[in-house]
Amino acid sequence: MIDLVGYGAFFLTTALIFSLVTLGLNLQWGLTGLFNVGLAGFVAIGAYTSALLTTPDDPARLGGFGLPILIGWLGAMFVGGVAAALTGIATLRLRSDYLAITTFGVAVVVQLVALNAQKLTGGPFGIGFIPRPFGGLAETPLLFNLSNLAIVSAVTLAAYLALEHLTRSPWGRVLKALREDERAAISLGKSARFYRVQAFAVGGAIMALAGALQAHFIGFIAPDNYLSILTFQVWVMLIVGGSGSNAGAIAGSVLVWAIWAGSGALTSVLFAPEQQARAASLQIVAIGVMLCVILLVRPNGIFGERPRRVRFGKRTKATASESGS
Amino acid sequence: MGDAVKRHGAETQQPVLAAKNVVRRFGGLVAVNNVSFDVRPGEILGLIGPNGAGKTTMFDLLAGSILPSSGEIYLGGVPVSGEAAHRRIGRGLGRTFQIPRPLPNLTLIENVMLAAQGQTGERLLANFLTPWRVAAEEKAAAKKAAELLELVSLTRLAHEPARVLSGGQRKLLELARVMMADPAIILLDEPAAGVNATLLEVIIERIRDINESGITFLLIEHNIDMVTRLCHRVLVMASGELLCEGTADEVARDPRVIEAYLGGTA
Repeated sequence: MIDLVGYGAFFLTTALIFSLVTLGLNLQWGLTGLFNVGLAGFVAIGAYTSALLTTPDDPARLGGFGLPILIGWLGAMFVGGVAAALTGIATLRLRSDYLAITTFGVAVVVQLVALNAQKLTGGPFGIGFIPRPFGGLAETPLLFNLSNLAIVSAVTLAAYLALEHLTRSPWGRVLKALREDERAAISLGKSARFYRVQAFAVGGAIMALAGALQAHFIGFIAPDNYLSILTFQVWVMLIVGGSGSNAGAIAGSVLVWAIWAGSGALTSVLFAPEQQARAASLQIVAIGVMLCVILLVRPNGIFGERPRRVRFGKRTKATASESGS
Repeated sequence: MGDAVKRHGAETQQPVLAAKNVVRRFGGLVAVNNVSFDVRPGEILGLIGPNGAGKTTMFDLLAGSILPSSGEIYLGGVPVSGEAAHRRIGRGLGRTFQIPRPLPNLTLIENVMLAAQGQTGERLLANFLTPWRVAAEEKAAAKKAAELLELVSLTRLAHEPARVLSGGQRKLLELARVMMADPAIILLDEPAAGVNATLLEVIIERIRDINESGITFLLIEHNIDMVTRLCHRVLVMASGELLCEGTADEVARDPRVIEAYLGGTA
């Protein structure tokens, strides 16, 4: 029973870290319509920044600086936000398909830098000994997992409430307007570039924070953590939960991670050890099938912005008779 | 007219909007060729011409959606030719579109509130640092938006998404939306297009009401009846050039206008 609770806490912690990335993507895509398929790069930037700031000094590479974990998280948000803003300034005039290609390129560049800049990132060996919050409790896994869950829950809740506040604010209204019709929004005095760069930077900062949280939760990072499969997972989480909804971003993350983790456990039971590497592909199949089912049953996702139902039954008739056009 | 419509005095005779020798080329095509005119305070100026005359290109130049190849545009006496489109509404120039562009998934009231200028809440950090001020401005903006929706007879649909509107209602929504910014001049691009006779009367009445509060209009329109009823002066464009100007009756009798519209068959 205790093992089950411990695993549940571990599972939820991981799912909530994913949900932070998904919240960042929801701000960029769900609210503003920015097609970012390079989110893994911003998660990596956050993870490496926080790791460099907080790990003990290592003569084999730059840093670490041994700073407190909180400074690492704030530094990750700052560097992730600046990196996203610079990416945004350079690319946000591009149409969505070209923006997708460019952001994907950014993620590949970040991953290759992490892999090859050994003096900075530890190269393929990554960075270890990243301090863990409540690391002193590691001897009692249940308490350690519950403590981490509490801290990740608090961060996720704070991000959710802040994003909900922004979504309902005049700032959020401008982002929605740009998503719906850029030319109309510009004619009403809204600078498309200015607001898009802001949305991209804030989303990037949230993704970087998620990367930092994960790095400190696991205690070790390596370039392989930030491959494009991460981008795929997070996009599925947003689509399943419902693009445009912060609650959907969290629900989609938990659900998709449950299926991902569940299918992983199932393959380890069903397949012999020598076949398990190939059987892991079935996880992607399971996610793909679920995505198809969700899109067929609920095209806007579980909590997605659905067309609001008109509140009076004779609307169509009334509208037609009023305008006739 | 309620308090929602800001009254603009016509105390100055300086043109609200002026084009001086404006040229716009698209490659080898000269869409607007050396066009100059003034829009006087408080008037409704019509801009007519056959299809392809360059009217909408001229509108886009005035609104800043495209920049002139040469020439100058003045807004309230200030040269604005190189200024981005989103800055011009802050200088008092609002526009509507030939094909209305409501924000379909925002409610009508959100559509109108979006046009409020200088809102504190449109600054990211202000939503956390001065939430009381944002809330007060939002309340005032919502009240004004509701009054403007009442002005254009759309109160009943205020909390519905804009996609439920018919074509004519979308034009009324655009009118209310642009009024939210307290413009000194509104550019209307074919407000009568695709609108039935009953709703057209509503649009004409509203334009007249708003104009009586001192707001200037520049109107592109093919509906000559509407132009005759509303416009104090009319400009005629053909093949990218300004052909003539005068009252609606004067231009209707001008042989050059007849030539341009009917290709010399009249």
